[in-house]
Amino acid sequence: MAYALLLSVFVISTCGLIYELTAGALASYLLGDSVTQFSIIIGVYLSAMGLGSYLSRYIVRNVITVFIQVELLIGLVGGSAAAVLFMLFEVAVHFRSILYSLIGITGTLVGLEIPLIMRVLKNRFEFRDLVSKVFTFDYIGALFASLLFPLVLVPYLGLIRASFLFGIINALVALWALHLFRREVLYARLHAAAGGLVLVFLTAGMVYSGWILHFAETLGYKGNIIYAKTSPYQRIVLTRDGDSLQLFLNGNLQFNSRDEYRYHEALIHPGLQSLREPKDVLVLGGGDGLAVREVLKYASVSSVTLVDLDAEVTKLFRSHETLVGLNGGALKSPKVHIINADAFIWLKGETGKYDFIVIDFPDPSTYSVGKLYTTTFYRLVQRVLKDDGVIVIQSTSPYVARRSFWCVVATLQSLGLKTTPYHTYLPSFGEWGYVIAKKTPFKMPETFKPDLRFVTPAVAQTMTEFPADMGPVETEVNRLHNQVLVRYFEEEWSRYTH
Amino acid sequence: MKKSGPGTPTDPSKAGLSRRSFLIQGACLAAAAAGMGISCKDSRPAGNKRVAGSIIGSNRKAGHMLLQGEGITPTETEETGIVIVGSGIAGLSAARDLAKKGIRDFLMLELEDRTGGNSAYAVHKVSPYPLGAHYVPLPGVEAVFVRELFEELGIIEGYNSKGLPLYNEYYLCADPQERLFIHDRWQEGLVPQFGATPEDKRQYQVFFGMMDDLRKARGTDGRRAFVIPMELSSRDRRFLKYDEISMAQFLTDNGLDSKYLRWYVNYCCRDDYGCVMEDVSAWAGIHYFAGRSGSAGNAEPHAVVTWPEGNGWIVRKMAENMSEHIRCNACVLNIQNIGDKTAVDYLDPRSGVAKRILARAVIYAAPRFTALRSIKDLRESPPAYAGSFGYAPWMVANVVVNAVPEGNGAPLSWDNVFYGNDSLGYVVANHQDVALHQSKTVLTYYYPLTAGDPAAERQRAVTMTFDAWADMIIRDLSRFHPGIEKGIEEVNVWLWGHAMVRPVPKFIWGRARQEALRPLGRIFFAHSDMSGISLFEEAQYHGILAAREARAVLEKARPA
Repeated sequence: MAYALLLSVFVISTCGLIYELTAGALASYLLGDSVTQFSIIIGVYLSAMGLGSYLSRYIVRNVITVFIQVELLIGLVGGSAAAVLFMLFEVAVHFRSILYSLIGITGTLVGLEIPLIMRVLKNRFEFRDLVSKVFTFDYIGALFASLLFPLVLVPYLGLIRASFLFGIINALVALWALHLFRREVLYARLHAAAGGLVLVFLTAGMVYSGWILHFAETLGYKGNIIYAKTSPYQRIVLTRDGDSLQLFLNGNLQFNSRDEYRYHEALIHPGLQSLREPKDVLVLGGGDGLAVREVLKYASVSSVTLVDLDAEVTKLFRSHETLVGLNGGALKSPKVHIINADAFIWLKGETGKYDFIVIDFPDPSTYSVGKLYTTTFYRLVQRVLKDDGVIVIQSTSPYVARRSFWCVVATLQSLGLKTTPYHTYLPSFGEWGYVIAKKTPFKMPETFKPDLRFVTPAVAQTMTEFPADMGPVETEVNRLHNQVLVRYFEEEWSRYTH
Repeated sequence: MKKSGPGTPTDPSKAGLSRRSFLIQGACLAAAAAGMGISCKDSRPAGNKRVAGSIIGSNRKAGHMLLQGEGITPTETEETGIVIVGSGIAGLSAARDLAKKGIRDFLMLELEDRTGGNSAYAVHKVSPYPLGAHYVPLPGVEAVFVRELFEELGIIEGYNSKGLPLYNEYYLCADPQERLFIHDRWQEGLVPQFGATPEDKRQYQVFFGMMDDLRKARGTDGRRAFVIPMELSSRDRRFLKYDEISMAQFLTDNGLDSKYLRWYVNYCCRDDYGCVMEDVSAWAGIHYFAGRSGSAGNAEPHAVVTWPEGNGWIVRKMAENMSEHIRCNACVLNIQNIGDKTAVDYLDPRSGVAKRILARAVIYAAPRFTALRSIKDLRESPPAYAGSFGYAPWMVANVVVNAVPEGNGAPLSWDNVFYGNDSLGYVVANHQDVALHQSKTVLTYYYPLTAGDPAAERQRAVTMTFDAWADMIIRDLSRFHPGIEKGIEEVNVWLWGHAMVRPVPKFIWGRARQEALRPLGRIFFAHSDMSGISLFEEAQYHGILAAREARAVLEKARPA
């Protein structure tokens, strides 16, 4: 029995160090600055252990019973700490206080363990022998944990599951001790039942840790998630915040229903209104159907071809009731042809000609998206444009990413297109830019549809005026083999967000 | 309305140079003498293997028939104007030149089951991929033949008002081009930046400054010092003397001892010539940096053109409409003069049937050393230069992976190199693909065997089993991309026993190369071996010159 308890010293010291390492890693991961986080975690944890050791003197009777209770508590608190911290990170205002309190509680409980177990063992060994044995197992356990943690636990289990696993091990130590001392423990059955509950709880946590992680991440959204799906291309998340809807792709906001009409009216109407009898419209990207909704306001338009890579997005915006309400059922219109394809590849094979072409791609933040802003791509677009047709391109923020914006302009101009850059203010995004390109000079229309909520002739006139801080700058031409736009964009947005 | 956060920060220091194509013309006997590999059909059973794939070439078995002497008896004889031995870039260029001049009676014999030599390629459902050379730098003004070909193939689409060529942008290597894995992360460009001290950087400046000067330098004869094709380089002693020392010696003589600079230069020598810099003539080493003088109206001067199948794309284009002239699986074992004709005897290793072609002229576009075995006169009285041609062995593996290998520091590039490694890293076959989403890709992994003497290395390569190669490759890749091994679907290994001629000191401007270049009666030699450096442009140059000489023979023979 004595050796069984020594073995449990080894196990519990392993568990103890694992909790400490998990907390340190988690704090570095969530809060950054790993040196500071690890130092503070170690400090708090060790001092809490001191407190626990001190408190052990007040446990006078029923030492073994208290030991079992402590073990169960450590399993419960330590085991679920990682999951709790993950979930609280996004929502808690005082995350650090919660973090240090949890560490403090775990540390205090772990600090109780060794003094208690030494007292249980005091009559079975000579004092000299006892100290030597207990601390040997304690420190070996620490070494074992410190190797196990980075080499096995983090890479193979992850922090949440590893922490639950060691909680389970702690609880098993408690149950084992309960079995060994079943004659001495008060309310043995009650303790056994509590142990069982703790085990079930921790096991469930371990099994559903993937879900917990996911839940923790979705807490990053301000609104309530009303739809989430991972398509082969991206993570689609739709949230509702009060009476407005937000679409996020891979965590990036695509639109907020509160002011999306501003973005889409500014995208569509200047170009489309300038055409006399537009018939054939091509929309590249924009699978939400909001741009198409604006296009369908023109009675002369007989056909809208929408090319969007992700079938999950177009399906969602064709079938989800609220979203269909938002885009006015645009994607269900018999005039609209939806093609789920890569725009670059699709354009290479396209032979039709269009009056109006809308390019509504994500910002050029990666090299693969950057390809859709190159001379090579625009040459393909130009090929399917009617002689008097108009192209409009969403071109990121001319305020935040001034060189990026003017790079799109320069790239279009290098192909001999006449460009009209313009911009507007969007509450959800800030200053936003667009570029109109055509083979002949463009003139801003003097009248607009009367039912628009944002674009009016007077507003449209101001759009082409660029204040000095967003005015033209010299840039290189974006090509497949230099991708200067992605470099500009990275530089400008990282300066802005840091 | 699309906003997204910033991506990975990039290192602004970008090296100007790219991996050099290693290129020899393939050729019948190229692989023939390729002292390794197993037959194409000899792929292994699928059982008890950890990863799918095989050693798919080259055809060593057929190649080694050459070593067994001329003991074949042709069972049928036919006649033609010109026989071209080898269908690599030299052979194809010769054939193209003949066809352009309206000559139809010629035949091209190829040992392998495919044309292309070192520019050969394979087709795969994920992406076609190269088996060897994979790009061509922008041709300079002297590379007249390359420019002409590029215009014909639509690689050059026109010229701007300044007379600069405009390249087809699908073919210009897409950005990002190169990254280097060093000190546990990726950096943009191949010249080491992470960990480089101010002294290292000073030496980079000195070295690249020297190379820049040498790129512009002209000799007393008015020619540029280092030109592609190399035959057009200046013969000024001032420059030719670099051929007498090694590239390593050149660095030392100039006080360049930076560990990183020397790694980089050595990497370039291994990449271009399959040899370490101690074995490479400084003239050849400098030529890599100073020879490229191309420019374009729509690209940077250091740009290159490339395709998923590498230079195999050019091979495919050049071989179009040539099928009636090409015979694959034709191993040339004997060439001898009979009267005013030259007999070319070849064997189909699959059927064992031997045939003879009587030709008025022969263009020998296979690696030069094989001629010592196949041409009767050379076989019977070996020339003085016989031992001077040395060859570097290479292994090229194409690894099909179901996930794109990213990494920290710099995004996946066309060319991905590991610092201080035996392999040269890998090239991504579908890098030029414009599609947004790519779930699978093919990595072409390059490995010149430079750990010891080439003959010993060749032996090492041939004794390694497929499993041993696959193990080595996967272990290497997973050092830089942990977990990639789980995504590897297939590994196809191609062993080049004699991949490229070794430009050792004194070889390029020495006597042996000059003597080997001289025609043997009606036999004209065309191969990048004849330049001493294994480049696409060199192969093409010699192919076209040989075609013109052979045509002159034909025209002389024709009654007026």
